[in-house]
Amino acid sequence: MDILVILGDAGRAALGPQAAIYALAAIGLNIHFGYTGLLNLGQVGFMLVGAYGVAITVATFGGPLWAGVLVGLACAVVLAILLGIPTLRLRADYLAIATIAAGEVLRLTYNAGFAQPVTGGVYGLQQFAGSFYATNPISPGSYGVGRLVYSERDLWVMVVGWGAVALATLGLFLLIRSPWGRVLRSVREDEDAARSLGKNVFGYKMQSLILGGVLGALGGMLLAVDTQAVAPNTFNPVVTFYLYTLLILGGAGRVLGPALGSVIFWFLLLFIDSALLQAIGAGYIPAEVLSPSDVGALRFALVGLALVLLLAFRPAGILGNPREMRLEAGAAGTPRRRRKSTQAGSDRERGVAR
Amino acid sequence: MTAPPRGVLAGTAAEPGVAKPDPLLVVDRVGKAFGGIQAVDVEHLEVQRGVITGLIGPNGAGKTTLFNLLTGFDRADTGTWSFDGRAVAGLAAHRLARRGMVRTFQLTKVLGRLTVLENMKLGATGQRGERLVPALLRPAWRRQEAAIERRADVLLARFKLDAMRDAYAGYLSGGQRKLLEVARALMVEPTMVMLDEPMAGVNPALRQSLLGQITDLADGGTSVLFVEHDMDVVMRISDWVVCMAQGQVIAEGPPSSILGNRAVIDAYLGSQHDEPGLGEQP
Repeated sequence: MDILVILGDAGRAALGPQAAIYALAAIGLNIHFGYTGLLNLGQVGFMLVGAYGVAITVATFGGPLWAGVLVGLACAVVLAILLGIPTLRLRADYLAIATIAAGEVLRLTYNAGFAQPVTGGVYGLQQFAGSFYATNPISPGSYGVGRLVYSERDLWVMVVGWGAVALATLGLFLLIRSPWGRVLRSVREDEDAARSLGKNVFGYKMQSLILGGVLGALGGMLLAVDTQAVAPNTFNPVVTFYLYTLLILGGAGRVLGPALGSVIFWFLLLFIDSALLQAIGAGYIPAEVLSPSDVGALRFALVGLALVLLLAFRPAGILGNPREMRLEAGAAGTPRRRRKSTQAGSDRERGVAR
Repeated sequence: MTAPPRGVLAGTAAEPGVAKPDPLLVVDRVGKAFGGIQAVDVEHLEVQRGVITGLIGPNGAGKTTLFNLLTGFDRADTGTWSFDGRAVAGLAAHRLARRGMVRTFQLTKVLGRLTVLENMKLGATGQRGERLVPALLRPAWRRQEAAIERRADVLLARFKLDAMRDAYAGYLSGGQRKLLEVARALMVEPTMVMLDEPMAGVNPALRQSLLGQITDLADGGTSVLFVEHDMDVVMRISDWVVCMAQGQVIAEGPPSSILGNRAVIDAYLGSQHDEPGLGEQP
């Protein structure tokens, strides 16, 4: 069992393209859920339209890659508007139901036989990002130290991916510190209060949904480019739940939460994966108990356990502010319907705070 | 307390639906039914500009529902109303607020995970930095933000919340929350504030200060319409009192005329009590 191999595998995943992709989509989710309080359970749907926007434009219609990016972004905006108009005026629960349904509808539609001439159906589309790699300025070779090495191809995706994450994080940082961000957070806290102060709550929610959806689409495009392939079943609802996991892990409603959460999530996932495989290989775990093919499933169970422990002892996430978190559990964070009955509870909260 | 200009209603008759010399809010045939129950059914009501109008009535009289209808938080079945001379029926709540009709809530709605100062600054209208693109450019809104902050600090000092300025609003006591809600409503620079039970749950010391703030408001030219169950408060600070029962305005007049009003006593106590004269009516 070689700890350096394990750390190398985990580190490579923590900084690799996949982590950047998830970070980008989770920043979008942070705008929705962390700052506006929109429970979007269909972020993967935005990733899907972004990925397919690129793939279809290039592979099916032979267009240039930049046009594919524009198509993907446009699709995300349209999807956000279509989702938002009927649901943003309703309670948060309805948005959750509508978004998870929309994500599934999209996946099944792109998967369907009638869509096959355009989307490739269940086989998906491949080899559409050649022009992205053609512009790679990094000369061929492998880069890194020790076991933490990347090919020039991975490195190019990482530069673009983490560059996009940095830009999105900076943009979010500027927005959240602005009066615009203040309105967004007030909508999260109590939309009636925001309304009573003259804020167009529907408009702000729509802006939030579009902005976060576009970031989700960018994540999807990066995923498509990274793997040079799209297939509908990549975009399962479980992707959205991974995004929530890493967002809450890093700290929802924190500017750096998604990026940090993604790095830790992928580190943990591959750490466990690699450690288990090494342990089986070295004979520490008998093959009858756990075969190498079971590791893929077990690692998610163990990551889940690790996250449960983390959230039990640090529910605000790694970057969260415990003083703020206590409010979420007390009167101010509970839904309006229940607030009256927790008034006594909030008095206790204040006692704790002192 | 009823010194000019707040004594302008001295010559107005004390009868439901009476015309005021300078009405700010005029309500006509506003109705709202929940299922089979007519919650609000106001034939005609005028609210005078620049004075404190108390709205009283037994539980379930439709006071809060009327507030919700007038401020756009609920949709009226019928009726029209105008504010400051313009018809505003059917307008969205945030538009009504921008026009100067700002309300507070019976159950306070402070924004817990925003600081007290942020709560206040949120109230300012016409902020350039609240638009998505200018928000990214700090120089575009920095000066306006500083001006808003100065205004907020003045109000916070007036409401004795300055010590809590940078605390999360969720850590305020119940009474402080009421104060913050009123102060925040003033950041909108309203023509009229509509306070829904501002004194509920406020301790006696804070109550005095809140009462003072409300009378100061009216002295400063802001119209106040408030719902309150504490008769003592209503009688002390109101220039005019409107009483609702079963969705209708059953009486209005200066505070002194309301206490002895037969319809008001009936509404609160029921009309079954023994009194000579009552039995003669069919």
